[in-house]
Parts: sequence; structure tokens; C-alpha cells
Amino acid sequence: MNEKTEVETVEIFIMGKRYEVPKGLTIMKAMEYSGYQYVRGVGCRGGFCGACATIYRLEGDYKLHTDLACQTTVQDGMYLTQLPFTPAGREQYDLEELEVDNNPLLDLYPELARCVSCNTCSKSCPQDLEVMDFVNEAIRGNIKEVAELSFDCIQCGLCAARCPAEIPHHHVAQLARRIYGRYQAPESEHLEKRVKEIANGQFDDELEELVNLPKEELEERYENREIEE
Amino acid sequence: MKEVAYYPGCSLKDTAKGFEDSAIQVSSDLGVRLKEIDRWNCCGTVYSLTDDNLMKQLGPIRNMIRARDEGFDQLYTLCSMCDNTLKRSNYLIQNDDDKRDKINNFMDQENDYSGEIEVKHYLQLLRDELGWERVREQVSNPLEGINVAPYYGCMLTRPKEIGLADPHNPTVFDELIESLGGTPVDFPYESECCGSYNTVDNQEVVLEKTRTITGGATRSGADLIITACPLCQFNLDTRQAELLKATPNHDPVPVIYFTQLMAVAFDRPRVNKFEEHAIDPRKVLKIENKVASKR
Repeated sequence: MNEKTEVETVEIFIMGKRYEVPKGLTIMKAMEYSGYQYVRGVGCRGGFCGACATIYRLEGDYKLHTDLACQTTVQDGMYLTQLPFTPAGREQYDLEELEVDNNPLLDLYPELARCVSCNTCSKSCPQDLEVMDFVNEAIRGNIKEVAELSFDCIQCGLCAARCPAEIPHHHVAQLARRIYGRYQAPESEHLEKRVKEIANGQFDDELEELVNLPKEELEERYENREIEE
Repeated sequence: MKEVAYYPGCSLKDTAKGFEDSAIQVSSDLGVRLKEIDRWNCCGTVYSLTDDNLMKQLGPIRNMIRARDEGFDQLYTLCSMCDNTLKRSNYLIQNDDDKRDKINNFMDQENDYSGEIEVKHYLQLLRDELGWERVREQVSNPLEGINVAPYYGCMLTRPKEIGLADPHNPTVFDELIESLGGTPVDFPYESECCGSYNTVDNQEVVLEKTRTITGGATRSGADLIITACPLCQFNLDTRQAELLKATPNHDPVPVIYFTQLMAVAFDRPRVNKFEEHAIDPRKVLKIENKVASKR
């Protein structure tokens, strides 16, 4: 084949070195296209796991941008690198032993009180969460509000990397959700019921049947499965 | 019912719950609804004096933006530290164009702000908007024979650009005490600093200040002290308990918020959470065992 198809490209810089990559690739795919192989800083590739937190600059723009490498497409003049890991202090605790009456968030993470409400955390969040709002709720000890406002957090840690007060927002929020689930959220009766049904072997026969089905029939059943809207 | 925008601040949601609850109660008695602004953030507690780092101005200013975006042109505070920080940041953005532009450029997620909101302390609502007569009308349990020391501390009256009363001779608390039927006590430490944040790692300083201020009040004949500052209240109240351990002949004097005193005079003592105070004010306020209060 001698014919060349014209592919529209963009110019990017990976750790300072210039590459031309096809337009429309994500940052993650553009780096792989350029010959880099991910060992860390990659996970589900679907925007859910938070492992591919990335920072970049655009030519002529003073701002440091943050996003997920698997969700952001490359633009002309992007200066890229990949973070293998975002370091942030995470406290050790035993959820069952925790003193939750006062403000356990402030007890374990006193740096919360250093927040100056600059909102840099919210600006850096690839999930568009109102991070500063839940930090303020954490300072006031409102566990439920922190749990609800941080529900879509994927623990990428970019907020913590950008925070001038060095708060590990994602770890604080995870603790809040755990405390909320363990001590405050109403008990889920249907869950308890279902766990009991499973323990009593109510679904064992159906499961056994599925395990022994030939692949073709399994595929057919999958295609024709009922989907709840 | 008149509605005003209200900024509570962190302390009133935590250690100073009796301050907020009593303020909400007496406001409702006076026909005023305190509308807590949505999504408020910490004021920063202490006004930043650094000239070349505006990061600490963002927090207070964002609260004014929230109030403005909700359609208010005034924002009321109760905590005197929040009051001081919000007013001084507002003063900065009203009077320094360069810094205003820098702050607005950085806060690119908010609408631009140039100081449209007027920040006012709750005492200004009482004195300037409602008037003492209206307060007097609500008094059903006049504080007859009770001597109250007005304690202004540092933040309510200083600096003069934002202070709500003459820093050398403030009278707003005296006027309030008289309206409630009590007797204001003239005492020399009404604007003395309580030691403030030294309470964290330099407690001897606060102990000494507490000894001076509370001692001065009792020697002037005060039965209790009123304040508008959660940190002053914490310092003068809890440190007195420690003072008592070290100096058993110390004459303890309760320290309460001015809105709690109002709630007592309005015969709403139960909102005050007096049981949480280190020096119990119920005896001097004659509300001990008064469970069968008419409200």
C-alpha cells in the first residue's frame, strides 16, 4: 500500500519533547501513540477509577490545568506529563473504634482548619465537585453533607496536589462517607433481607445453572436479558 | 416579617450554638427573619495583613458575592471576628482597584464583585434599623437589679474604618443592657484583648488576661459579662474554670453572648444552652429551676 491518507494532527509536547499525534486522541492515547508505556497513572480508561490524574499547560496560558488523561482530548500546544501517583497523607483509623460524637474529621485531619476558602480545589476537580463546599462542611462537622457533596469523588487527589493549605480533601471525604455509612445512614432493610436470602441458598440453583451453561446459550441469554430502565 | 441576609460563621455552628439559637429566637420575636446565605464559607477568622498575598481575601469576599447573588444588599454577622474580617475585606475591595481586579481575575468562577454589599453587625440592626424602643417592647422579664459588664474586646470597634462604635468609648452594649432593664457596669477592661489565639499554645497569657478582665468586672460590681465574640467567650469562660483550680479565691463571673441576655429578658431562656457554659450564668440571671417558664 503506497497511498497515504491525510490524518489531521495536533502538536503536543510530552515532558518537553515535541510530537505530532492524530487529532481526537485522549491524552492517554496520545502518549501511547508517541511511544510511552504506562506502568502507573492508568487504570480503568473509562473515567471512573481516578488513577490517571494529569496536569498540563497550554502554550501562551499561564494556568496549570488538571484533568483525567483518559477523558481529555489533546489540543494543539499542550505540554503534558503523567502523574504516576498523587501523594497525600492518609490517617490510620479503625472505623469501629472511632470517636464520632465530636468532629472526627477535624480530629484526624486538623489541617482542615488551614483552609482559606480559595476554591482552588473545586477548580482542579475533574468531576466538577464543589470540593471547597465539602471542606467547609467538614470543618463544621457536618458528616452527612460531606458524604453527599463528595459522593462522585474518584479519589484522583488533584485537589490535594493543588491545595495551598495541604489538605488531603479526598481522604477526608472518604472518611466522612465511611462514618456516614457506618453510623448515620439509615439501615437498608432490603439489603439485609437479600443477604439473608443469599446465605440461605435461595439463588444457588440458578447460579449453578448459569455456571454450567454452554457459552453460546450464555451469550444468547445475555443479549436478551431484561434491562431495568 | 423583615428578612435579612445572615452570615453565621463556623463557631456559631459548633462551639457557639447558643449564640446562634438565641439570635434566631430574639430576631423572630422582633419580627426579623435571619436568612442564612447559601454555600457560605469560613471567613478566614483573622483579617490578612499581608499586602502581596491576596489568597486570604478570597474567602471573605466570596461570602459577599453569595449574598449579592441572592439579591441582598446587606449582610449581617453575629460573630465579631467574622464581622471584622468581612468588613475589612469589603473595605479593601471598595478602596483598592488593583487588588480588586486581581481578586476578580483569580475568582473566575464567580461574578465580579466591587464591594456592593454592606456588611453589618447584628448590633447595628438593633441600634440603627430596629431601634432600642422596639427591643424594649419585647422585654417581658426585665433584668432588674442585674449588673452587666459590656465586654467589646478588640474586633467590634477597631479599626475605626469599619468599627461599629467609637473605639475609645463604645456605648452600644450599654444601650442594649439598659433597654433590657439591666444596669450596665462601667469597667476599665471593656476593650482589653482576651489573649485570643494564645489559648492554643500559650495558655498562661490567656489565663492572666482572664484574671485581669473578669477580676476587673467583678470589682466593678458586675454579675455577668456580655460579649459578641465566640473566642472571647471561650477564653474568659473556660479559662476561668482553670483559674478557679489554681486560685480558689477567684470570684467567678459568667460570660454570655449579648443575644443570650436578650433571650433571658424576652423570657426565652431555654434557647441559650447555658448548661454548656463553664461558669453557669443561670443563678445570677435568676433562671435556675425556672423550668415552668411561661414559654
